[in-house]
Amino acid sequence: MDEARVTIYVIQRLVGLVPVLFGISIVIFLTMKLIPGDVARALLGPMATDQSLAQLRHALGLDEAIYVQYGKWLWRALQGDLGLSPIVHKPVMDILLPKFGNTLILAGASFFLAVVGGVAVGVLAASRRHGLIDRAVMGASLVIGNMPPFWLGLVLIVFFAINLRWLPSLGMYSARGPGGLEDLLAHLVLPTIATAAAPGAIIARMTRASVLEILGQDYIKVARSKGLSDRAVLATHALRVAWPAILTISGLQLGYLLGGAVFTEEVFGWPGLGKQLVSSVIARDVQVVQGAALFIALSFVLVNLAVDLLNLYLDPRSRPA
Amino acid sequence: MATTTTALTTVEPVGARPRRAPGALAGFLRVFLRDRQAVVGVVIIAIAGGAALLAPLISPWDPLSAGGAERLSPIGTPGHLLGTDEQGRDILSRLIWGGRASLLVGILPTVAAGLVALALGLSAGSAGGITDHVIMRALDVFFAFPLVLLAIAIVGVIGPGMQNQMFALAVVLVPYSTRVVRTATLSVKPLEFVEAARALGASRARLLARHLLPNVLPPLVVYTTTLVGMMIVASAGLSFLGLGVQPPTPDWGVMVGNGRLVLYRAAHVATIPGIVIVVVALAFNFVGDGLREALDPRARR
Repeated sequence: MDEARVTIYVIQRLVGLVPVLFGISIVIFLTMKLIPGDVARALLGPMATDQSLAQLRHALGLDEAIYVQYGKWLWRALQGDLGLSPIVHKPVMDILLPKFGNTLILAGASFFLAVVGGVAVGVLAASRRHGLIDRAVMGASLVIGNMPPFWLGLVLIVFFAINLRWLPSLGMYSARGPGGLEDLLAHLVLPTIATAAAPGAIIARMTRASVLEILGQDYIKVARSKGLSDRAVLATHALRVAWPAILTISGLQLGYLLGGAVFTEEVFGWPGLGKQLVSSVIARDVQVVQGAALFIALSFVLVNLAVDLLNLYLDPRSRPA
Repeated sequence: MATTTTALTTVEPVGARPRRAPGALAGFLRVFLRDRQAVVGVVIIAIAGGAALLAPLISPWDPLSAGGAERLSPIGTPGHLLGTDEQGRDILSRLIWGGRASLLVGILPTVAAGLVALALGLSAGSAGGITDHVIMRALDVFFAFPLVLLAIAIVGVIGPGMQNQMFALAVVLVPYSTRVVRTATLSVKPLEFVEAARALGASRARLLARHLLPNVLPPLVVYTTTLVGMMIVASAGLSFLGLGVQPPTPDWGVMVGNGRLVLYRAAHVATIPGIVIVVVALAFNFVGDGLREALDPRARR
């Protein structure tokens, strides 16, 4: 592996992010400017005098040219200052940061479940091609892949929280309970399943397809004809080659998964970024909506970069020649 | 039967008019109708769409008022096949009427995005160079947001409601559909028949309309159909959150959202509309797969 070339590629990839991040910041900034209504009036209320409005506009820099405003906004955003929520009267960053951590827990657990479950099921189906298991798995994954996550969440609550009373249905911790990791995990189970189901189903279908494609190739026939068992062929020959494709597929499902997490956070009262986004949208708290959008876009871009780089590490074929 | 007629053409008496080759439409229908899943999909969509269109005629009850019916009656209550909701409204009637909003917010933004994408993707793909670069880099920004989250954020800025919901969904879909159109354009552009047309002096407009468009449409139609299935789920989600179609207008997503409030007492109020969403979304997927098989000779098994 040519170290220098890979380093150059990584640097190119990082530099390529700059215009995208720049574009994101412009889109988010401009949307704030497009909203009808006067920020100063919203902050001061209907009783404000013209003089106090002018003072506040000046203090907020709203009387400056738009590119100056953008520059100042970006500079503050880079330092972690996303402004003040006019509704809750708290810094946007203070509102979003704890929620972001909670979403990471839910999204991380769901992504793990979707990838491990999806790949296991997909490989199993591919190894039993056209058998009963294969057909059952493919049928089920088609239905699950089309399930609205918010509805699946409600169905899980009906079964496991209301009827069976096995698991809690709301929040991250019990109000009057032991708390701690055990409590968190119990609360995590249902939202994780609801979030992971649809992306996991898609990962299963695509894993099956890419394993089947590899199983049809000549070197697999060679491996079989020299007497290797099906299991050995699958484990040592097919999967090694299929991994990068599976990784890419899984990475592509991440956006879908994060979108689904908004609904499961809402359904299960999980205090994450998605739930915050929805309640801020309903409260018309545009400052927080923008901050959340910035947070989500940044983390999404970074995760995609991580998937790319991981792929580079795992798959020699994806390295620049 | 088709094979015997084609065989007959070879022994037709001299002087007979040349028989037309089996039309493209006939060939398409033959493959499509043989696909059982696709036919099932069409039937489901026809039932849901037909019921929504004929709602005033076939709906057993008023979807907006209880009319003295008992609240939260279970499935199978006489007169209320699927029971009643938290206000005593007939669930079946609300499902039938709800198809109007739910199908509209699933289909309209997707088709609108497809049309915009057609213009953008064809321009980017056929012009190449700086035009291509500017269009595609601008759209790249949108790929930095997860689709549904971006739609929610847009609704957050312009405000909740059915029209804004459709606008937001259309905006977030444009980059995806444009990518499909551009890829298709690029794959056709270097082919000989396009080169030949260009060499014969065909204008840019003629090249686009006669040679590129017919080859770009099939993949876009397939993609859009599958996307409609996804968007029926996504738009129901926005309505469920209270950001899209507003109560009391019947809508499948709104119905799940309302039913959530009585989940502990009557689970069927929330679960039944969800089943309808899954079934209709699946139907669009089946039709999309069938179209892919029928429109793309390479995909045929």
